[in-house]
Amino acid sequence: MSDTLIPSSPPAKPFKEEVSRGSAWQLAKYALVGLLFFVVLLALLGLVTANSAAGTRSTSAVDYATNTITLTLSSEPPQLNSTRSTDMVSGMVLGHVMEGLLRFGPDNNLIPGIAESWELDELGGTFRIRSDAYWSNGTQVTAHDFVFAWQTAVNPETASQYAFILFPIKNGQRINEGELPIEELGARALDDFTLEVELEQATPYFLKLLAFFTYYPINKEFYLSTGGRYGADAEDLIYNGPFRIASWVHGASVRLEKNEYYWNRDETKLDAIDFAYILNDANAVLNLFATRKIVFAGLNSENLDRALKNRWRIQEHVDGSVFFLELNHRPDRLTSNYNLRKALQLVHDPAELVYKVMKLPGNLPGESIFPVWLRGVHGSFRDEYPGPRFVQDEVKAREHLAMALDELGLDELPPLMFLTGDNPVSNKQSEYYQRLYKEKLGIEVKIDKQIFKQRLAKMTSGDFDIVAAGWGPDYDDVLTFGDLFASWNANNRGRYENPELDKHVAIAQSSSDPVERMEAMDQVQKILHDDVAILVQYERGSVYVSDSRVKGVSRRAVGTDPDYTRAYIVQEENE
Amino acid sequence: MIRYVLWRLLQGVITVWFIATATFFVMHNLPGDPLADEKAVSPEIRENLEKKLGLDKPIVVQYGLYMWNMVQGDFGLSFTEENREVNAIIRDHFPVSAILGVLAIVIAGVGGILWGALTALYRNRWPDVVIILLVILGISVPSFVFATVGQLALVTINNIAGFQVLPVAGWGTVAHMLVPALVLGLGTMAFLTRLMRTSMLEIVSSDFVRTAKAKGVPTAQIFSRHQLRNAVLPVITVLGPSIAGITTGGFVVENVFGIPGLGRYFVLAVQQNDYGVIMGTTVFYGAFLVLMVILVDILYAVVDPRVRLE
Repeated sequence: MSDTLIPSSPPAKPFKEEVSRGSAWQLAKYALVGLLFFVVLLALLGLVTANSAAGTRSTSAVDYATNTITLTLSSEPPQLNSTRSTDMVSGMVLGHVMEGLLRFGPDNNLIPGIAESWELDELGGTFRIRSDAYWSNGTQVTAHDFVFAWQTAVNPETASQYAFILFPIKNGQRINEGELPIEELGARALDDFTLEVELEQATPYFLKLLAFFTYYPINKEFYLSTGGRYGADAEDLIYNGPFRIASWVHGASVRLEKNEYYWNRDETKLDAIDFAYILNDANAVLNLFATRKIVFAGLNSENLDRALKNRWRIQEHVDGSVFFLELNHRPDRLTSNYNLRKALQLVHDPAELVYKVMKLPGNLPGESIFPVWLRGVHGSFRDEYPGPRFVQDEVKAREHLAMALDELGLDELPPLMFLTGDNPVSNKQSEYYQRLYKEKLGIEVKIDKQIFKQRLAKMTSGDFDIVAAGWGPDYDDVLTFGDLFASWNANNRGRYENPELDKHVAIAQSSSDPVERMEAMDQVQKILHDDVAILVQYERGSVYVSDSRVKGVSRRAVGTDPDYTRAYIVQEENE
Repeated sequence: MIRYVLWRLLQGVITVWFIATATFFVMHNLPGDPLADEKAVSPEIRENLEKKLGLDKPIVVQYGLYMWNMVQGDFGLSFTEENREVNAIIRDHFPVSAILGVLAIVIAGVGGILWGALTALYRNRWPDVVIILLVILGISVPSFVFATVGQLALVTINNIAGFQVLPVAGWGTVAHMLVPALVLGLGTMAFLTRLMRTSMLEIVSSDFVRTAKAKGVPTAQIFSRHQLRNAVLPVITVLGPSIAGITTGGFVVENVFGIPGLGRYFVLAVQQNDYGVIMGTTVFYGAFLVLMVILVDILYAVVDPRVRLE
């Protein structure tokens, strides 16, 4: 037998067909038709949209001719009915178009707003309403407007989340709980220009509440005329503040124009503030700033470099919020063990978190639940009552951990559940704590990332050991943070309970002696630290770039922020 | 024909009903509480909120009520933008998404067919290699990258030019639409190019092309009459779902370019457990998708005489 070699077929030549010129020509013709079709379509769409109102009209950040500045809003204002608003965007817009009895002035002090004067003692007082205050439809702002708004806010049918801020007013809480009719509220109009307020108990910080949006007045007649749509559109509102909403295209833009009916209109320098874009993508906002379309852009750790490279003027602002790890104190949780909490505290280092992990200028390492900007008796609360500091001690931490294991009857600690949000900042933080506890204490941490509503649900049901949480102030007083961990506070989601702390909170709520109040709050921060109720992480700051041609903008931790009500435009600075 | 269309429409209605029902029950079983917010509220206020939004009733009753209202064309209220009806949200924002989507689909369709035909014509030569390389890029790079890069390119162009060539963000004029539409259509265009190329090459070796060649039909005529026309069919098939995909998938592009479209509502509603908007947008888009698929099937018969609607 001989092997016969099967001759292999010759290698296939690479297939290269001659391209027919005619076909290419044909294709080119089709391409031209396609292009033509596209241009015609574009022209048609141009015609269609030219007639709709949704257009972005502003052409530049600062328009000298019309005395207008252009800005972005991070979201559509979800609720402009001030009795039901809860969020910062709505609050910011309302702060420009409405005014309460008091308002925040340029140096962040409270100044008279619609009230021109007042007498207030421990249990109430009277406010004198200006006779030259008008709504934007020409009707007078009267004491009745305040009574109506406040009654509406505490009315259980309104279901306002911020009804609690009116509870210092007599019967506010009981009305809200459905026990009394709304007419029983301790606010009465003696005549058009005299508002009498009765308080439930001595409330030393009552005046500070009056600049908050839930306390804004509402004209009853107009409110009823909207048929339940009050605040739904620009036409469904009337304004008593420095500006009025001239146009509101949902999801696209909100344009404010000077309110000629405002009593203090001479102080309003701008003719219009155009929130021409509703945009929450930080890079996109910065791109608009880079092309001089807007006067303000927030920065984050990703795009900070770009701002530095462009040599834009970077500014910092403490936004008022405090962030902390809330520990779960429910008895069935590991974190209800004091020694375990103490061990976590002894490796807790806010400075490392802020400077080495988060790395965004503006944030401050946390020390106490009471942030630096809060006022004490005379000056800063922090200066007057420095409070305990975090001290790192690994050896002692391990000792406490050993004691905790002993008390719990465990050889090894099961993993701790760390509940957190699903954004990049939360990711960085939770991974940092995971590594920290593993390296220093050998404790395993399971990260439970959840989107906002799910995280809230788990916080409320107590399905966590540690949760990254934060709190923003509602009013300019220590108590806005001080009552957070009182046993009755529903926002105390770790269910921390300490009668001693409750006692001090009660003192701060009702005592009219500022020293006694601040001392009580000092005790609160000591208890929170000594008992390791929470681990304070940082005070949030923001960094931003702003156009140097706009002056007179106020930034503040409490109240309308940023506040452009007194802003004005200057000519370009020569650099 | 009419019987076929009616039959398909009936099927469509059943499909939409199924979508609505499934969404309704899945949504109500989502973890998280639609009424929860950063500030905890008292049980009394919660009760009132539930009453206001009809969440206090048993779920079956809620379902019945919702379906009854839906049949009458009322999608209820938004939970997050509390004063707005879902109908108003769809009415205000869908046209914007639709305009953007139509532009994107035209770019994708026309571009895909042309590039695909070009690559088939120049198979294995440099235009083919370059375009296919770009196609792979277009398919694999997600749209948020294109959106961000596209916007950054606009910033650079405007700054170099010293005046506004095209706006960086916003909505309202043709100039605002071009780049977002291109970005939105890019992925689909890449996909269609590849599809068109494969389909063209398949047809080159089919019997009727060979017959035509044998008959001595000029190459250009074979190309346009026999090849192109037949190769377009699969592209049209996927165009239907693509239209829905593009109009609904505009979320990222709308977010980056600050476009007031419905895509943003569609996505954010899920994160916020906004039952009203989730239901409204899902049912609306579901119905839209079903309608597009039916339309494409009808269009198919117009393009291809072999297909009969029965």
